[in-house]
Amino acid sequence: MQAQTLYEKLWSSHVVHQEADGTALIYIDRHLVHEVTSPQAFEGLKLAGRKPWRIGSIVATADHNTPTDHWDLGIQDPVSRQQVETLDANIREVGSLAYFPFKDARQGIVHVIGPENGATLPGMTVVCGDSHTSTHGAFGCLAHGIGTSEVEHVLATQCLLQKKSKTLLIKVDGQLGRGVTAKDVVLAIIGKIGTAGGTGYAMEFGGSAIRALSMEGRMTICNMAIEAGARAGLVGVDETTIEYLKDRPFSPRGEQWEQAADYWRSLHSDEGAEFDKVVELRAEDILPQVTWGTSPEMVTTVDGRVPDPAAVTDPVRREGIERALKYMGLAANTPITDIPVDQVFIGSCTNSRIEDLREAAAVAKGRTKAASVKRVLVVPGSGLVKRQAEAEGLHEVFLAAGFEWREPGCSMCLAMNADRLEPGERCASTSNRNFEGRQGAGGRTHLVSPAMAAAAAVTGHFTDVRTLA
Amino acid sequence: MNPFTELDGLVAPLDRANVDTDAIIPKQFLKSIKRSGFGPNAFDEWRYLDVGQPGQDNRQRPLNPDFVLNQARYQGAQILLTRDNFGCGSSREHAPWALEDYGFRVLIGPSFADIFFNNSFKNGLLPIKLDAAEVDELFRQCEASEGYRLKVDLAAQTITRPDGQSIAFDIDPFRKECLLNGWDDIGLTLRHADKIHAFEDRRRAEHPYYYS
Ligand code: SF4
Repeated sequence: MQAQTLYEKLWSSHVVHQEADGTALIYIDRHLVHEVTSPQAFEGLKLAGRKPWRIGSIVATADHNTPTDHWDLGIQDPVSRQQVETLDANIREVGSLAYFPFKDARQGIVHVIGPENGATLPGMTVVCGDSHTSTHGAFGCLAHGIGTSEVEHVLATQCLLQKKSKTLLIKVDGQLGRGVTAKDVVLAIIGKIGTAGGTGYAMEFGGSAIRALSMEGRMTICNMAIEAGARAGLVGVDETTIEYLKDRPFSPRGEQWEQAADYWRSLHSDEGAEFDKVVELRAEDILPQVTWGTSPEMVTTVDGRVPDPAAVTDPVRREGIERALKYMGLAANTPITDIPVDQVFIGSCTNSRIEDLREAAAVAKGRTKAASVKRVLVVPGSGLVKRQAEAEGLHEVFLAAGFEWREPGCSMCLAMNADRLEPGERCASTSNRNFEGRQGAGGRTHLVSPAMAAAAAVTGHFTDVRTLA
Repeated sequence: MNPFTELDGLVAPLDRANVDTDAIIPKQFLKSIKRSGFGPNAFDEWRYLDVGQPGQDNRQRPLNPDFVLNQARYQGAQILLTRDNFGCGSSREHAPWALEDYGFRVLIGPSFADIFFNNSFKNGLLPIKLDAAEVDELFRQCEASEGYRLKVDLAAQTITRPDGQSIAFDIDPFRKECLLNGWDDIGLTLRHADKIHAFEDRRRAEHPYYYS
């Protein structure tokens, strides 16, 4: 048989029907649901008198609007509360495999709870009305974000209309240096290929540096595939994947586990499989990254400087940089390490898993928040992550350093709840988007790894974490 | 969904690359559980001088005179010229809802982000990809002449400029059919319900662990 890419294997095992122009009906195994992008879909379903096709595919949680402190007070903002209560009511009415509502012990960010509960499995198609669904591709499944009309479509038909993507392999070989993490790798990739570099592609990450990553690291990388324009990120299955999934609540057991694991071991690109495009990076060349602008591709290394638009010839790009520097309140040629921060946010579906918190805690340990930093928020990705971190004593490290230890949720990644930046405030953030206003109107976001965020928190400005012994 | 066939509409230029869906409709408006009413908050942070909140009377808010869509000559525009990677970022369908509610029916640009592109078609909003040079020329013509209009004919797949020049564009045949007829995707898919059932039965037998 011809050598196949992982994407081709996943695609061909889910085609239900194909139109003459190649538009295919793709079967969906797992449908993750959250409160922001689902209410209109449930309403549409009801108005049309339709029932969900397969309730057992649905796993839901409330994450975007939920507060991260004072859970005893409930959700204060009435509009947010209504949205969360609408999800409660919808799930109560239609049913689900699992629902982790506000305050549930296993509640959390949808892209954290899927994998940690074994609801995301290799070989599946996984969708959610959320662009960071690409995260789940770390498990060798085909996972991507969809719009609300498509949420309704999946609820009603268990299928999606899709055209096959092209394939892109990002190959990172070598060994990452000390203090360089998965987040730095993916920011470096986006810096190299741009925020539209992956548009139209399914983006597979391979090479020895990717193989060496934990599942948490692989999720961080696939999470930001969408920031490079690719709807789906992918990493082939190996023993790291299988080890992670063993004994998770929804993972198969007994004989079925053996059967599943056998199949999953075939879910990687075959030797010699051809990709439409290949981009290679050397792990040794990647340094800690910091974004300076309002798009994730506006990124440089911690030893770099803010770029000078005068040195750019392309007018659209030059104006883009000028506009970004104005918004960010930065002067051209400023060394990155001279930029002070007002707030630090450690969290989001990119970097709120246990390993991320361990990395941040390792830097925070024995140090304290710089006096000039107003607030450092540490927001675990889920209730399970929170309890694990507490069992390891990480929360004590954070609290001793003057950081705040919060309840799980999306929090200041998009500031739909009360956690947000004030206009003009600058934040070192472990999230995935530095768009204008993303963390609060007028707020200025710099994307970094958890270790780099902690380093900024304790020094008051961006600092090469490798210099903090 | 409303069908889309032809449009002769006023054109507005939005001359920046990487316009993300957070900019098209900021997060505070995503708390709505409705599909309509997002138009007055389209491009909220660029369009108004104050910080927008849901439930405000937007007519009372101070407009940003520097934002291009606030210029008198672009009022009533139905066609938006865009730059590269328009609609990147969040998958929120509130973005096409807001653009459609604002009054746009056609977007013309060199490239669009995948999820946004897809979402647009589901809402009777037609995104058209043209060569960067063609788009440049449209920006130039539009900015040079007030009241600049384009004719878009979906059946013929053409855009006609005021100077009579016609530009052909590509579109997936399946998407074109759906848009021309205003078909409901779900209804179309459910015609294949037997095939979906058969697929599901086979999958359940081969991979029972996805169903436990
Ligand atoms: S953490 Fe941020 S990016 Fe992730 S799902 Fe929540 S809002 Fe979206």
